Amino acid sequence: MAHTVLHKAETRGHASHGWLDSYHSFSFSSYYNPERMNFGALRVLNDDTVDAGMGFGKHPHDNMEIISIPLEGDLEHKDSMNNVAVIKNGDIQAMSAGTGIYHSEYNKDREQRVKFLQIWVYPNKKNVEPRYDQITLNLDDRHNKLQQILSPNPDDEGVWIHQNAWFHLGKFDKGVSTDYTVKGKSNGVYVFVLSGDVKVNDQLLNTRDGYGIWDTDKFTITADTDAEFLLMEVPMEF
Amino acid sequence: MKTKILAIGRHPEILQTVVRLINNNPEWEGAGATTDDEAVLLFSTQAFKIVLLCGGIEPDSENRLRATFNALSPGAIIVQHYGGGSGLLSAEIYQALAK
Repeated sequence: MAHTVLHKAETRGHASHGWLDSYHSFSFSSYYNPERMNFGALRVLNDDTVDAGMGFGKHPHDNMEIISIPLEGDLEHKDSMNNVAVIKNGDIQAMSAGTGIYHSEYNKDREQRVKFLQIWVYPNKKNVEPRYDQITLNLDDRHNKLQQILSPNPDDEGVWIHQNAWFHLGKFDKGVSTDYTVKGKSNGVYVFVLSGDVKVNDQLLNTRDGYGIWDTDKFTITADTDAEFLLMEVPMEF
Repeated sequence: MKTKILAIGRHPEILQTVVRLINNNPEWEGAGATTDDEAVLLFSTQAFKIVLLCGGIEPDSENRLRATFNALSPGAIIVQHYGGGSGLLSAEIYQALAK
């Protein structure tokens, strides 16, 4: 029998740092809720808004798979592996922090804010060689179907990370429905609604709600309105 | 009395950042070690309640350190620190203290 957990949008942690407004689905930085630590290997889901001309200065990471998905505006990325790149709406960025990296993420635009999802997944291997990747996704490939944007396999669609995880984006018209079949044994799926309302089986979700489902092989996701959503399949034990 | 926390990691700059972040909390007192010998020396001379294993520690070293710390102070809590920065550090320490 499937197990589920519902995280309504308004129950997320919230931090306002002036230039950065962030909603935390799980405990992060000064937001600590022992009931909201992770969903399996998914440890961080931050819904960030960065003011124009502001950003995250150079700071370190190790042993974490870090995925960024811009929703609005552009972010300039620089890191200690000499990567300099701009990620924009429609891109996805993945970093394996491994033995250690420094990076910065800036909104260089003087007028437009940036909204992006910052997602951290526990790695299945510690102390890997740091790596950076970003790709541009075809937005048409998620219209009324699921678009794979991340997997564990370098040769598969989307970016890859050191974890038995698969992410998909969907942009569904009202009434469109599809089944999702869980790929990994003992994996669960965390559904995050970017806009609109969706149903996962019979559970109605609104914008920015999160819903975890595990101990099931498949579930049905239906757009109750025009809706965009992200599915994050991760191991429940890792 | 402050909770003493020993952070061990191979990347000096990241370790320095982790220790600085620990010390930002007035109830915590952090120290850092990049080598196993340095870590064992610190652990054997100070009463650390929590040990954070940060990035770069090889499996053999981790096993030796855990065995040594458990023998020296069975009550010490040893946890893996992930992320190498501010995001998860506080929650990891709070969770360790709740054990």
